[in-house]
Amino acid sequence: FVHVRLLIVEQVKLLDRFSNKSTTGTLHLTATHLIFVESNATSAQELWVRQLLCTKLSLTTSGCPLLIQCRNFRVVHFVVPRERDCHDVYSSLLRLLRPVSYDELYAFSYNPKQNEQQRDEGWQLIDLGAEFERMGVPCDQWQLTDVNRDYKVCETYPRDLYVPITASKPIIVGSSKFRSKGRFPVLTYFYQERKAAVCRCSQPLSGFSARCLEDEHMLQAISKANHNNRYVYVMDTRPKLNALANRAAGKGYENEDNYSNIRFQFVGIENIHVMRSSLQKLLEVVGTRSLSVMDYLVGLENSGWLRHIKAIVDAAIFLTKAVTVEGASVLVHCSDGWDRTAQVCSLGALLMDPYYRTIKGFMVLIEKDWISFGHKFADRCDQLDGDPKEVSPIFTQFLECVWQLTEQFPQAFQFSEWFLIQIHEHIHSCQFGNFLGNSQRQREELQLKERTYSLWDHLLSEQQLYLNPVYSPSFAETHPVLEPSTQPWNFKFWRNMYHQFDRSMHPRQSILKNTVMLKENSKELESTVRELQAVSTFSFTLFKPPSSKLQKFGVSTSPLELHSQQKERTLPPRPQSLILGAPLSRKEAQQEDEEEEVYGEEAQEDTPVGSGEERTVEGSSATENGYGEIKGSFGSKSEPAIVSLEFGVARMTC
Amino acid sequence: MEFSEHIKTANVEDVVLKLPFQPPMRGTLCVTGHHLLFSDRAEEREWQLLLLLRNIDAVEKSVENLLGYPQHPKAGQSQRTTGSSGTIIIKCKDLRILQLDIPGMEECLNIASSIEALSSLESITEMYPFFHRPRELSLNDPWGLSSPEQDYVQTERLWDRWRLSKVNSDFSVCPSYPGAMIVPRTVDDDALVKAARFRQGGRFPVLCYCHHRNSMVIMRCSQPMTGANRKRCREDELLLQAVIDESELGYVIDTRSAQQAQQARMTGGGFESKSFYRPWRRIHRHMERGKVLQESLIKLVEACGDPSHNMDRWLSKLENSKWLSHVHSALSTAGLVAECVERDGHSVLVHGSDGTDTTLLVTSLAQVILDPASRTFRGFLQLLEREWVQAGHPFQQRCARSAHSHARLRQECPSFVLLLDCMWQIWRQFPLALEFSEALLLRLAQEAYASDYGTFLCNNEQERCTLGVKENTHCLFQFLLRCSEREKYINPLYEPTELAIWPSVQPQSLQLWTGLFLRWTEHAETMAEAREEIWTIIKEHRERTGAEETTHTPPTHRDTFTAVENLMDELTIL
Repeated sequence: FVHVRLLIVEQVKLLDRFSNKSTTGTLHLTATHLIFVESNATSAQELWVRQLLCTKLSLTTSGCPLLIQCRNFRVVHFVVPRERDCHDVYSSLLRLLRPVSYDELYAFSYNPKQNEQQRDEGWQLIDLGAEFERMGVPCDQWQLTDVNRDYKVCETYPRDLYVPITASKPIIVGSSKFRSKGRFPVLTYFYQERKAAVCRCSQPLSGFSARCLEDEHMLQAISKANHNNRYVYVMDTRPKLNALANRAAGKGYENEDNYSNIRFQFVGIENIHVMRSSLQKLLEVVGTRSLSVMDYLVGLENSGWLRHIKAIVDAAIFLTKAVTVEGASVLVHCSDGWDRTAQVCSLGALLMDPYYRTIKGFMVLIEKDWISFGHKFADRCDQLDGDPKEVSPIFTQFLECVWQLTEQFPQAFQFSEWFLIQIHEHIHSCQFGNFLGNSQRQREELQLKERTYSLWDHLLSEQQLYLNPVYSPSFAETHPVLEPSTQPWNFKFWRNMYHQFDRSMHPRQSILKNTVMLKENSKELESTVRELQAVSTFSFTLFKPPSSKLQKFGVSTSPLELHSQQKERTLPPRPQSLILGAPLSRKEAQQEDEEEEVYGEEAQEDTPVGSGEERTVEGSSATENGYGEIKGSFGSKSEPAIVSLEFGVARMTC
Repeated sequence: MEFSEHIKTANVEDVVLKLPFQPPMRGTLCVTGHHLLFSDRAEEREWQLLLLLRNIDAVEKSVENLLGYPQHPKAGQSQRTTGSSGTIIIKCKDLRILQLDIPGMEECLNIASSIEALSSLESITEMYPFFHRPRELSLNDPWGLSSPEQDYVQTERLWDRWRLSKVNSDFSVCPSYPGAMIVPRTVDDDALVKAARFRQGGRFPVLCYCHHRNSMVIMRCSQPMTGANRKRCREDELLLQAVIDESELGYVIDTRSAQQAQQARMTGGGFESKSFYRPWRRIHRHMERGKVLQESLIKLVEACGDPSHNMDRWLSKLENSKWLSHVHSALSTAGLVAECVERDGHSVLVHGSDGTDTTLLVTSLAQVILDPASRTFRGFLQLLEREWVQAGHPFQQRCARSAHSHARLRQECPSFVLLLDCMWQIWRQFPLALEFSEALLLRLAQEAYASDYGTFLCNNEQERCTLGVKENTHCLFQFLLRCSEREKYINPLYEPTELAIWPSVQPQSLQLWTGLFLRWTEHAETMAEAREEIWTIIKEHRERTGAEETTHTPPTHRDTFTAVENLMDELTIL
């Protein structure tokens, strides 16, 4: 299916977004990746074509600039010496960016060298039937219904749905006809302790006065299924104004007079269009070069992004309180019930249930509330060339809300933010099948389980990379329900997400990385000690062993080396990430270089680009921080080439 | 002095104390000469609050007469007083806010006025450090960590070109400088005296840091008094000339904008003009000072104290306070200084107008960036002692009042708090590079405003000498370095690095110091638990490293390795 010729362009310059430095290298374009290989370097940077948005800028004296914005918030600025080459890359990218059918996506050609059985096992890792069983469903009040077995009642819902025992088939069908897109109320989370249910649906087609007895019965059934509290909270997650406007289109919201035992509540989360433009504004602000603190804060405020994040968390807290404190069942909906509803239901469940705060549990949560209930990943993430108005960072917001919670409860989550960022990476990468398409039905039609691989399998196989070192399972026992503070100052800009690839933004040393290393090192040392103790009783002398093997054990062959060994802290291979600091080996290499370098900055002042070495700690350096331009003969020196190697992306698969 | 004059009611029973995140407590309130003491006598827990009156920034009182006269015309005097009550809200300089519900209107008013009077006593020798006599400390213990003399003796790289001058030993040349200073070897004391006359407050250029890698120096002073007529001072010019070789260049970093520096000439001040100070390049970096900075702090604290803000309002209040902009400009100016020294290999002279606030902020931050020694626990305290206490930052004036006070601002300015905030930002970005933790910064922020110790008393060394501070008080820095205290403030993740640490000054990299500004508003329990956990991981790691080392006893370790190696080979074969 590769209909693009493989392009190779040499002598391309890569400019850093926030400083004046640049590196030169060769640009390769394949069907799925854009790869930049630096000259005199062994490593390469990869960009996923699927994730790109590119713009060609006007020609300058140094060449033709090509600005590429990736969906993982990476911004790359190339300067191609010849305009013709630049145009070739640009037009090829444009073609690649607009796949017409799913078959063109990378997931269908990606092969991690697994056999069929392994692939099937990967897909079977997450079992939603088992998940509902874990919650205690089916039970005496809730049952599995087969009404949607063939996607006849609602084609965007999964096949297996859970409804109250008293909701008969005619009621379900009737209710679904009264709900937008047929998305009638179904169970999504069951809070066993209080027997309270979290249900979800879409808006009712009530218009100004329409009623539907079956729908009223449906809510009645939900109310009856909870003996603790007869009241059902109906959360309309939209702003009231939006809901009112929908009435004119024959949609709307529940009239409290027509439904007995409901408490109706608007929550006020804005729609996908507002969210899209909010993120755009945010990215514009934080992408500005030499941004002042004032402009940053004003821009942050004007973008409204954190206000939206807070609104979602507020809604989830409202939901959680109703369920856990009052023991009431809650029905959540928005317009179609696949964006805001998914956000609020999943975040609420995360607050209520410690299981969802584990790595596996979090996957289950996403599988349940997002994938199976039909969040339109294909449209929202622009997987195929679709309507740009359908694109919106709804899932990104969910991940950010979770991140905000991890900041407030550092011990509550088994995973670190790196896990969240990896998931975000893959909703756009289209490397795995999980997020392809808009609904379960579509995924079955695409035969994803037979033709693609599961992301969850991949992430679980390297889960030690995503562990939160300070996670405490006992925290879950003392805090089964999280009660986050909603003070505005607790909502922070997620720098590691939106500036993941901008190295000048990051803390220069990472507590996360360090603690992870200490922990791993501890484990290793412990086993070494045990082994040493076991064998130290033997006293045979043989040849001096080659030290390499021992070093794998973290053991050095001489007392002198011991110290340096500990400092090195060998680690299992991990994705190179700027959040986790510069890759270890490179850091050391760099330090060695520096030690060799004799002091003599003066002498190097007029040497060409890239030769001035700087002493840095994990890539922090004076130039890129731009404290100020020094006038006179000390013009700004270019960064050494070696530093920007650390741009590395996560994978090298191709 | 009679503190008792101010105390009309010393004891009140049945007072209810309300603190953030704690249930109200009922107990006895007691006012002494220096403290407010509250003790909860509930049997299951003995709980006491001992608050230094000096720590109190503002007192707000409200009294209400619950019974009122009309309804109870026949009620006796005593009944009326028991029926009435009052509430005192105490706002502390460490930003804590507490509320006391006091039965009895009269008692309430008495207590409030005692607090007001005693917390604003101006006489330094009446302050608590002169009375603080803990059992474990003796007044004969050494006071202070170092002196310019010791600094000079210990820094060999200075001996060649620099000397110690005691021209100011009687504080006559510059009242705000210490008795001894390090100056270029080629400049004699007479020249110093003349140069001092040319600088505001007599603060002539002195050495504050000599870079370990290239012996380039950072110097500081106050503005030259060139005035409108462009006066010159030959000695001052020679003094600066003596700092650098003929072929070299130096930088003058002026912490005022070029315009401000120009304006300063109208009031007798000025700047080093290019023609008279040839090898020196002047760079202006505007930094706020004085009232503007104090107002910024007040606005920030106000914003942090109001939990009713929504997201947008909060962000606009945060922006409006401009505090983070001040953090930004302090860090980036310090970065610039460090860049000149380390990267470009040139000496730097820093000054603003007085040379007692922004100047010290910049020079001390630049040292933290450059000098690994100043990132250790002891080294950082030494830095503060040298660059702030001895260098004459007027703590007494700057920290007289804090953010809550309604009193008219005089000399107050949170320069020192700004330094601590910048240090916190550096710690956030380099969590392994500092030997001390956030807890030390918080403690210092509190001690600068109200302390049991004499370290931050007075405005300069001269005042300290006159009042006998060193003889009659204990030294905070010495106290913090005692083992028992030290442990509380150590950064468990510390890993020394010889390299310069360049903080990022992008707005996205700067954050609000929640530990200080939201210390009493936000419940940080979960954070503290996580910190504990990190501690535990590190301790475990250390134990295991220790255990491993003990197994490495030299005569046998090689044998052991061999054995391990063999075992491994066997395993791979299997």
